[in-house]
Amino acid sequence: MGANVLEKAAEKKYRVVGQSVPRRDGMGHVTGTTKFVGDVHYPGMLHLKMVRSPVPHAKINGIDFSEAEKVPGFVRVLTHRDVPKNIYTILCLIGVGPDDEPVLAVDKVRYQGEPIAAILAETEEAALEAVAKVKLDLEELPAVFDVEEALKPGAPIVADTGVNYFIYEGHHCRRVRYGDVEAGFAQADFIVEETYNTKPIEHAPTETTGCVAKPEADGRVTVHTNTQALYFSLDNTALILQVPFQKLHFVGGTVGGGFGGKVDVITEPITTLAAMKTGRPVKFIYSRAEEMQVSSPRSAWRLKYKDGVMKDGRIVARQITSYADAGAYNRHTPYAVTKHAANVAGPYTIPNVHIDAHCVFTNHTPGSAFRGFGVTMASFAIELQMDKIAATVGLDPWTIRFINAYRNGDVRPHRKVAEDVTFIETMQAAAKLAGHELPEHLLAMNSWDRNGGQHD
Amino acid sequence: MASKVVSFTLNGRETEVMVKPLTTLQVVLREQLGHTATKTGCRQGGCGSCTVLLNGEPVLSCLLPAEDVAGQQVTTLEGLTPIDGLHPVQRAFFDHYAVQCGYCSPGMILTTKALLDRNPTPSREEIVEAISGNICRCTGYTAIIEAVEAAAQALKGGQNGR
Amino acid sequence: MGVNMTKVRGQGMAAINYPTGMNLGGDPSQALIHASTTGNFIISLSSTDLGQGLKTVIAQIGAETLGVPFDTVIIDTADTDTGPHCMGTFASRATHRVGNAVMMAANEAKKALLDVAADELEASPDDLELDGNGSIVVKGVPDRSISVIDTALAAHFKHGKTIAGRGIYMKPKSKVDPLTGEMDPDSTEAHACTVAEVEVDTETGEVKVLSLKSAYEVGQQVNPALVEGQIVGGALMGIGHALYETTNPYYPAIDHGPLNFSDYLMPGPAELPEMESVVLEFPSSNGPYGVKGVGEMTANCPIPAIVNAINNALGVRITTLPVTPEVVLRALEEKAAQA
Ligand code: FES
Ligand code: FES
Repeated sequence: MGANVLEKAAEKKYRVVGQSVPRRDGMGHVTGTTKFVGDVHYPGMLHLKMVRSPVPHAKINGIDFSEAEKVPGFVRVLTHRDVPKNIYTILCLIGVGPDDEPVLAVDKVRYQGEPIAAILAETEEAALEAVAKVKLDLEELPAVFDVEEALKPGAPIVADTGVNYFIYEGHHCRRVRYGDVEAGFAQADFIVEETYNTKPIEHAPTETTGCVAKPEADGRVTVHTNTQALYFSLDNTALILQVPFQKLHFVGGTVGGGFGGKVDVITEPITTLAAMKTGRPVKFIYSRAEEMQVSSPRSAWRLKYKDGVMKDGRIVARQITSYADAGAYNRHTPYAVTKHAANVAGPYTIPNVHIDAHCVFTNHTPGSAFRGFGVTMASFAIELQMDKIAATVGLDPWTIRFINAYRNGDVRPHRKVAEDVTFIETMQAAAKLAGHELPEHLLAMNSWDRNGGQHD
Repeated sequence: MASKVVSFTLNGRETEVMVKPLTTLQVVLREQLGHTATKTGCRQGGCGSCTVLLNGEPVLSCLLPAEDVAGQQVTTLEGLTPIDGLHPVQRAFFDHYAVQCGYCSPGMILTTKALLDRNPTPSREEIVEAISGNICRCTGYTAIIEAVEAAAQALKGGQNGR
Repeated sequence: MGVNMTKVRGQGMAAINYPTGMNLGGDPSQALIHASTTGNFIISLSSTDLGQGLKTVIAQIGAETLGVPFDTVIIDTADTDTGPHCMGTFASRATHRVGNAVMMAANEAKKALLDVAADELEASPDDLELDGNGSIVVKGVPDRSISVIDTALAAHFKHGKTIAGRGIYMKPKSKVDPLTGEMDPDSTEAHACTVAEVEVDTETGEVKVLSLKSAYEVGQQVNPALVEGQIVGGALMGIGHALYETTNPYYPAIDHGPLNFSDYLMPGPAELPEMESVVLEFPSSNGPYGVKGVGEMTANCPIPAIVNAINNALGVRITTLPVTPEVVLRALEEKAAQA
């Protein structure tokens, strides 16, 4: 059947699909006429800047705006009291809960940089100056930064649920159970264990996150935004502001780089609220420093592998305990951990798999979506582990992957039957390109037929 | 300190603006003169998206006080684009898929223009050196380097768009 | 490793799969298409282009399905007053989901177009085809034809009919069994394999990626130049993730977090290795024209390939990211201590 697919690919005849036609937006880009959010200006537009927590975990005892209010150009301040539904979670739209994150901090801050109050001013400079003059009375609380420390009894509690982990239908982690991993270990010739660690990473799009909200004569608000998901932003904004959906008109579609960093719905709700409260257009664009330290990074991960391997290289059992550092709030991490759990055993067919994937809350900046959502760091760990297994068993890195490669029709640990699989063919092509000569028996393999490569 | 009038040549036209002290050229161009091709990727001097040409040399407009350009020639991407079509550097960026999100493009293109003006036949190393202050997170730079090489070829071929 | 040699080379490989679409499904996207009386087809969406080229590939899919010239297909996105719902651009889903929605809408619009043309040409719609150049012809009778513009005008002014189509693609939402993890977490699977070559300076701990040779299997490519753009851009991001990038250099501690591009290190053009890739196209079973998706996966394979190459060069087993000079030197120290 593999051969048929190849033939079908060769036969197809499309007019435009498959052609490298020029970019539709290319002319706008090379002439600098593409309009990005930051390029939207309205007369009388106000600027919004955030008062942020200087510490990672604290009780808020008081905030003094009196000096800030005296700054020429200061217009007003917004606090949590102004936000109709202040506590939210973005993925409530697809049933993820509970709500956990304040738009503006209420009585506590849980990460350094957490927004406490929004300052509106006539100019950006005035807004920044006023922010600098806000006096915060904070009482620092013990903070927790390590994912495994956070799960120990007695650790400082970050989340309001009282436990530092996301609860998956009553479970403390996302579980995958397939076969009998202990039986696999008992049968194995080698046990190969290793722990892999990664750190938070910034998307660093050249255009920072932001939006401009403009009240219209008919009572609606137009919001220009560089969100990656227009309705996600609109729906969440309407829910947070408790306004009917038809009040909001979101315009976007042109983004100066996203990589997952612009699906957080982080600037639109507060900016829209500011426009509604003042009746004036409001702009809120992250500074580069905010983009780097306050916007969600790719979460740090810790992944622990324990594999049972036979002398011939077959992996017969794989146990993985992994931890995503979600930072202080849900955002997209609970969902990322589920995608992670589905993929963390790798593109290999293993009869016994046991996965505990944890979404852990710490006093770090909340993590979120990033190109490769929950999978990038799994791939890192899996592929380092495969090399370690190869070295343990005494096989080369290619052979170990071919021996264990998943194929069409195989049942994966999450029990879906694998389709559209071309893992073997992809490795064969890369070996050829790199000038690595594969032995005959690996070249003869394919993703459709387990019994060797001969087919007609 | 009071605002003062600053006169300079912007894209070949005499221009006067009332400038508050310490306002950057970036802010004057974008917010007072509506020339938004000049971008604001960091406003810290670290990304090159705000590059403009000052007397033909690339400068970071986010670091440059607007008063400092008095009496001088400023070129933004708006000023590079001919009425009928594209400058050869723009054409090369378009043809070689050297733009993805397009946010770094104005700065990259002006940096390239300045490079080719002073060195019409740059080596690959010289291209890399010239664009190393301009960050592109999307393309991986390969297409941009190819576009610069193609632009150099095109300009050598006499289609000088200046 | 000779005593005087401070630079050592190594090779490493990695191979990955990457799933398309929001993992549990339930992430629909819609498209609306209508023909104006100018013969243009406007595709209305609320989908976002992050630079990957959605506006271009969607126009290609629309033009292909409609059978009209590429230039007559206009993409109108993204505005919630005019564009129907789209879940968003993430999860390598846009070309797959929005492309499928556009195909469905285009087929409906095309049927409406051919019905009017059939009336005009006094033929059966089944005997008509679009020639891709703006005309509708009776199969096998090239001189019996009508232009798309005339058909659009006739539909509006003569027949009082619209030429429009609605499309949606939705993979039903899968539940996860909380005990076993049984779920349906993908729509299709793309694949990649990378061979990396590195040079490590054992004196300074610096790593230079010399080459990345990769194979990508991404299903049908809609626009190979844009796919190449994802591959190269993603590879450089992968080098960044492997060697330099983090917002918390002393993680889990939070101090010394970079606030600018001088402190947050990313690879620049000087760090570009020799890069070569081949793209395989095994059409997916459910993507538009067999599309799979390529947006996210392109950083994933270079990262482990590079770290495996470093480990191969040094005879160590580094297990953390990023592999900064400090990490390299510590690994060498540990190795020396063990020897
Ligand atoms: S905005 Fe000037 S260098 Fe980044
Ligand atoms: S094209 Fe996006 S930053 Fe260069």
